[in-house]
Amino acid sequence: MVSYEKLKTARKNGRPTGGAYIDEIFELPIELHGDRRFGDDLAIYGGLAYIDKRPVTFLAMEKGTDLPSRLARNFGCPKPEGYRKALRLMKQAEKFHRPVICFVDTLGAYPGADAEERGQGQAIAESIMEMMGLRTPVISVVIGEGGSGGALALASANKVFILENAVYSVISPEGCASILWKESSPENVAKAADCLHITADDMKHFGVAEEIIPEDFDNFPKMCKSMRQLLVASIDELMNLSEEQLLSQRYERFRKFGIFDEKNSRK
Amino acid sequence: MGLLDMVQKVTGSAKVTCKKCEFESTEYDLVKNYYICPNCGFAYRLGARDRIQLMCDKRSFTELCTGLTSKNFLEFPSYQDKLDKARSTTKEEDAVVCGTAKIGGKHCAVFVMDSKFMMASMGSVVGEKITRLFELATASKLPVVGFTASGGARMQEGIISLMQMAKVSGAVKNHSNEGLLYLTVLTDPTTGGVTASFAMQGDIILAEPKALVGFAGRRVVEQTTKSQLPDNFQSAEFLLEHGFVDAIVPRPQLKDTIAQILTMHEK
Repeated sequence: MVSYEKLKTARKNGRPTGGAYIDEIFELPIELHGDRRFGDDLAIYGGLAYIDKRPVTFLAMEKGTDLPSRLARNFGCPKPEGYRKALRLMKQAEKFHRPVICFVDTLGAYPGADAEERGQGQAIAESIMEMMGLRTPVISVVIGEGGSGGALALASANKVFILENAVYSVISPEGCASILWKESSPENVAKAADCLHITADDMKHFGVAEEIIPEDFDNFPKMCKSMRQLLVASIDELMNLSEEQLLSQRYERFRKFGIFDEKNSRK
Repeated sequence: MGLLDMVQKVTGSAKVTCKKCEFESTEYDLVKNYYICPNCGFAYRLGARDRIQLMCDKRSFTELCTGLTSKNFLEFPSYQDKLDKARSTTKEEDAVVCGTAKIGGKHCAVFVMDSKFMMASMGSVVGEKITRLFELATASKLPVVGFTASGGARMQEGIISLMQMAKVSGAVKNHSNEGLLYLTVLTDPTTGGVTASFAMQGDIILAEPKALVGFAGRRVVEQTTKSQLPDNFQSAEFLLEHGFVDAIVPRPQLKDTIAQILTMHEK
């Protein structure tokens, strides 16, 4: 049941969303809009800012904080143009060699007919592949829900942090329950959440996240101050690497994932 | 593996019914016709070995990256049974077969996904084998030809299956950075996390007629959009119309087309 409680906490209304972290952690943010191809997806809030005097590119999935903003931001479910905006800003960051900081919080990439028509799969595929080759540091923080490929599209990073009650999963527990047991009743969803291993502790255990960030929403400025310290220390560490070291660190970070048996292979 | 494994419904003696148009043909006619429905042109799903036989030059295929088997490390309900069943029905170790081959005399690395093995879902083994194949192709300067088919990430391996998307994408990126060709052939069905990673990362993307290709499942899209979807939604033809595949190539011409593209990229 622990996983299900975490899932509910991760989705709770009133939990700080992407924009709140940008406001609290960064200085002088300038929002940059649009993918230059089709439109501007407000499910992703991106732009430039300073973190402790260092210019960075920030990208935050934003679920919205009340009904009008949730509708405007499509409840934080990005469409292809959102991923293409994010990639545009990441390539821009690469050009000027500034770090990219991503805040991940989505139920998943938007599964609508329009998103499919405009190549949701292709947009995510391109984002992941280009992130794996990005010649500038990328750090991702899972602040709420890390929903499947739609989350990984902003989390193919050098370092990934996760908040203590955030979750990260290959499929939503609801989706998993309805595939396995034909019905996504609360009991089945809770069971699926346990089976999938979605908690911050699970992520730390599997090496999917480097660190768990403690939550203290009653003292949000204080919590963000320690997040800022963690981010600045990580940026400084990664900015000290050569481009080749940075790329191979990211490659090796993901290369190690895989649990299987291996017999003596023929080749 | 015989033809009877390749069709959805079998009625009477050696009669097979197309799952797209319900046209009945005889086994004999189908085999002669590259396992294509003579009525509607739908290309029946092929097992990996049949695909290799159809596409690669005789006796040119050398299998690599063998000896890897999935394990139920999350103790996910009924995963072990599904693995055992898939192994015994397909006689394959997992859902992808990798190796080197010649196609029209041109040397290349090849991977073929097998939808009969747990709908070719991608877990650690699929991710690892394809990553190793790309690493090998990069080291030996070989183009990669990939035949994709998949239900998506293998949820029974939780977050580790999601990580395979980034792992393979990193290997594709390194291969691409060496100026090497990656050609994908999208076959029925290519969906989910495979569409959102290496299926859509090819320099050239071909598809088989009427293949289902998409990110989100049709049912989920219908629920999200709350409207009737066109019949050809998420078909290869739909993707061509929206600019996401380079060409739809009927199976009898596929081998020659691949060979020509490989020839045009020889250095």
